[in-house]
Amino acid sequence: MRADAGTGRPDRRPDSPPLVRLEEVTKSFPGVVANDRVTFDVRPGEVHALLGENGAGKTTLVNVLYGLYRPDSGFVLVRGRRVTIRSPREAIALGIGMVHQHFKLVLPHTVAENAALGLKGTPFWAPARGVGRRLRELSERYGLPVDPDRRVWELSAGEQQRVEILKALLRGAEVLILDEPTSVLTPQETGELFKVLSRMREEGHGVIFISHKLTEVLEVADRITVMRRGRVVGTVAAAGADKPMLARMMVGREVVFRLTKRACTPGDAALNVEGIHVRNDRGLPAVRGVSFSVCRGEIFGIAGVAGNGQRELVEALAGLRRIERGRVCILGDDVTNRSPRLLSDIGVAHVPEERIRMGIVPGLSVEENLILKRHHRPPFCRAGLLHPASVRRFAQTAIEEHGIVTSNPKTPAKLLSGGNIQKLILARELSGQPALVLAAHPTYGLDVGATEQIRELLLRQREAGAGVLLVSEDLEEVMELADRIAVMFRGEITGVVSAGEAKREEIGMMMAGEERVRG
Amino acid sequence: MKRIGPFIVERRLAPPRHVVFGVSVLAVVVALLLAALVFWAYGVSPWRAYAEIGRGTLGTVDGLSDIVRRAIPLILCGVGLTLAFRAQFWNIGAEGQLLAGAVAASGVALFVPVPDGLRLPLMFLAGFGAGALWAVIPALLRVKLQVNEVISTLMMNYIMAYIVEWLVHGPWKGPTMRGFAYTDMFPTAARLPLIAGTRVHWPTLGVGVVAALVVGLILSRTRLGYEVRVVGQSPDAARYAGISFTVVLSLAMVISGGLAALAGVGEVAGIHWRLRSPSHISMGYGYTAIIVAWLARGSPIAAILTALLFGLIFAAGDLMKTTLGLPFQITGVFNGLILFSLISSDLLMYWRIRWRRRGEAWT
Ligand SMILES: Nc1ncnc2c1ncn2[C@@H]1O[C@H](COP(=O)(O)OP(=O)(O)O)[C@@H](O)[C@H]1O
Ligand SMILES: [Mg+2]
Repeated sequence: MRADAGTGRPDRRPDSPPLVRLEEVTKSFPGVVANDRVTFDVRPGEVHALLGENGAGKTTLVNVLYGLYRPDSGFVLVRGRRVTIRSPREAIALGIGMVHQHFKLVLPHTVAENAALGLKGTPFWAPARGVGRRLRELSERYGLPVDPDRRVWELSAGEQQRVEILKALLRGAEVLILDEPTSVLTPQETGELFKVLSRMREEGHGVIFISHKLTEVLEVADRITVMRRGRVVGTVAAAGADKPMLARMMVGREVVFRLTKRACTPGDAALNVEGIHVRNDRGLPAVRGVSFSVCRGEIFGIAGVAGNGQRELVEALAGLRRIERGRVCILGDDVTNRSPRLLSDIGVAHVPEERIRMGIVPGLSVEENLILKRHHRPPFCRAGLLHPASVRRFAQTAIEEHGIVTSNPKTPAKLLSGGNIQKLILARELSGQPALVLAAHPTYGLDVGATEQIRELLLRQREAGAGVLLVSEDLEEVMELADRIAVMFRGEITGVVSAGEAKREEIGMMMAGEERVRG
Repeated sequence: MKRIGPFIVERRLAPPRHVVFGVSVLAVVVALLLAALVFWAYGVSPWRAYAEIGRGTLGTVDGLSDIVRRAIPLILCGVGLTLAFRAQFWNIGAEGQLLAGAVAASGVALFVPVPDGLRLPLMFLAGFGAGALWAVIPALLRVKLQVNEVISTLMMNYIMAYIVEWLVHGPWKGPTMRGFAYTDMFPTAARLPLIAGTRVHWPTLGVGVVAALVVGLILSRTRLGYEVRVVGQSPDAARYAGISFTVVLSLAMVISGGLAALAGVGEVAGIHWRLRSPSHISMGYGYTAIIVAWLARGSPIAAILTALLFGLIFAAGDLMKTTLGLPFQITGVFNGLILFSLISSDLLMYWRIRWRRRGEAWT
């Protein structure tokens, strides 16, 4: 599946000297060596992918290159010359551009004004005038359509990313670093980005493409360097690589790609949502007349680019956000705008999107966190008094059963790693047979091991007869786990398909706002 | 991670106990050193000053009893504040709550006809109730109307102080007091017993120590304490867990304000035997207790110790006035210095400083 099968790849000029080279770079943070003697280079006219799980050290490495961090040891070569890069400004002067994971644009300004910001030779008055023309040229040349006079806040995430790329090109970037660029894009936008990268390759740029998604890397890169725990595991040519091999390098062991999903007959409705309207934190409509139902023994997936109302929807269903209009029934009872406590008492489990801010109390111990929501009920609490022995017993079982790695149950939860925090939350939420599980981005940012385990847990809930509402940006995850898939766009559901007949492209179209043509 | 000169500074997520203790002691020591500069600037040798203070407070029975007498209201207010602070409810109102207790106790002492044996218990009860009521208002204002509690509790201190002034100048002014702004003297049955030869009203001291133990148990062993800690550490998690802010903050403030009020009861029934102008009843115990609770790092048991430390500072203040001729405001300077070094020492708890290893680069 090549994004750009038509043009084909230009020769990769394997012997041309690298544009930039990081040599034996080591960078540590308290308690972790984020980069351990990493050597990495990019040649002109190639896309070099940096692949690795979250926390592998990819961002740290490119931050060293972009002058945001100084390496503890090792050095950087630009066109064969050893340099010290002290700041992004110096990096830009050396022809290195970066598109961060989170964009750094001034939202109320126009595209041209953003592009002019900090650009050398920009006049004080009417700074954006000359820039517009050059922007048009560049966007033509690289296939990056944007209107220089639009205001940034009006643009979609994909368009904003184009602006960031244009900004870098305008500053004469020969090497472009893209840190997880596809995480904010729909599949279609991803395809377009890959075309742009091919153009850049043809123009002789070097591209560093960071991702933890195997398919993408195989699709777009010429060479792939895999990192694991701060070290380079190896560099391979994309042409000779495949998914299982990369996964093995990335994780350090064999990875099962197919979860065993047993046949399940959906039972009665666990959740019925009828035309609900919910506002976001700024008081604007975020969920606009959404209706669907989730049966027991079914995983109902909600796909969509983040920020299209998924978060408000889940929070409303968990009782944390007011439902302005419409009705929510759980197990047949109308529970519209009931309290989180009541919902939890009737068997609604909630795995929140904001794990650390909402899902745990960071300073409380692991065992105290494990009883949250049930701390007021026997056996943990009788007549207002806590029962430490029961808490301890429950915690020990949960820790063992879910393999939560903690030095002991009294450790503050904030000291756990991301994956273990999520396991803690699931252990708590899934104990006691919930009827409905609301899971928001349950594997976001977790390593492959924890991800596998958490997906397995959700499937087991489904088999045990719970209805599961799975919200995820990871289309592959949704397609793999869900029985039916809905897509949310601008607060509405643009369509529902059953997993069997779902096609990636079709869901991608719906993620970008196309109504589903067939019923 | 940062480099400052030859040091590397690293963030520490959960400071271990010995670090917290060490840093707190360090803060007090630094404050004492800074205070030495103040003595020196006044032309008093710091050695002599500290020697006098040591001899005068720790070296004599009178001195020791004075420390304890000062520490009693600080224990009660401080213990209450630890509970409120653990819920991240910044109760600056212990002063007003203390006065509320003093008013209620005086009312019972002077105007309520009860059998002698019941008078003191009833004074404590009424005092607790008045303080609780005064303290629960800002809690409700915050939960229902998002009124910042720092402002509301502080303002209510002034209101209560003026109520006391009004009472002692107006309706409660004692006919036998020949024009002074006092109420009449309490009957004997409304006066607290003292440890012989001292001015330590031991029943209040006992109540304070028991309160510290009880609040300690509430925090660690009860549903309320658990919810207080959840609300304090992560309001979002508290909402998520369905914990009621109204209930938790109200109960925490009932206890916090009630205990501060008991301090007021102790002062009028154990020391003054009448209600008088607010500055005489309290000397800012309610404010000093904020530092007491903070230095105790939210532990009610530790608040007993830190209250004794501040009792010592108050006693030393008296002493410095009489033997060294320094202004009494020196205690305020002391308190300020300790507060400042405490706040700055917090940095040390959450950041680890170590020597840079050879060859270690910087970011
Ligand atoms: N500024 C920082 N301070 C402390 N630790 C950091 C910092 N940045 C990254 N880390 C740690 O370094 C490791 C690598 O992180 P990162 O480079 O962001 O990984 P990736 O981009 O591959 O997900 C992780 O363990 C992360 O927690
Ligand atoms: Mg990263």
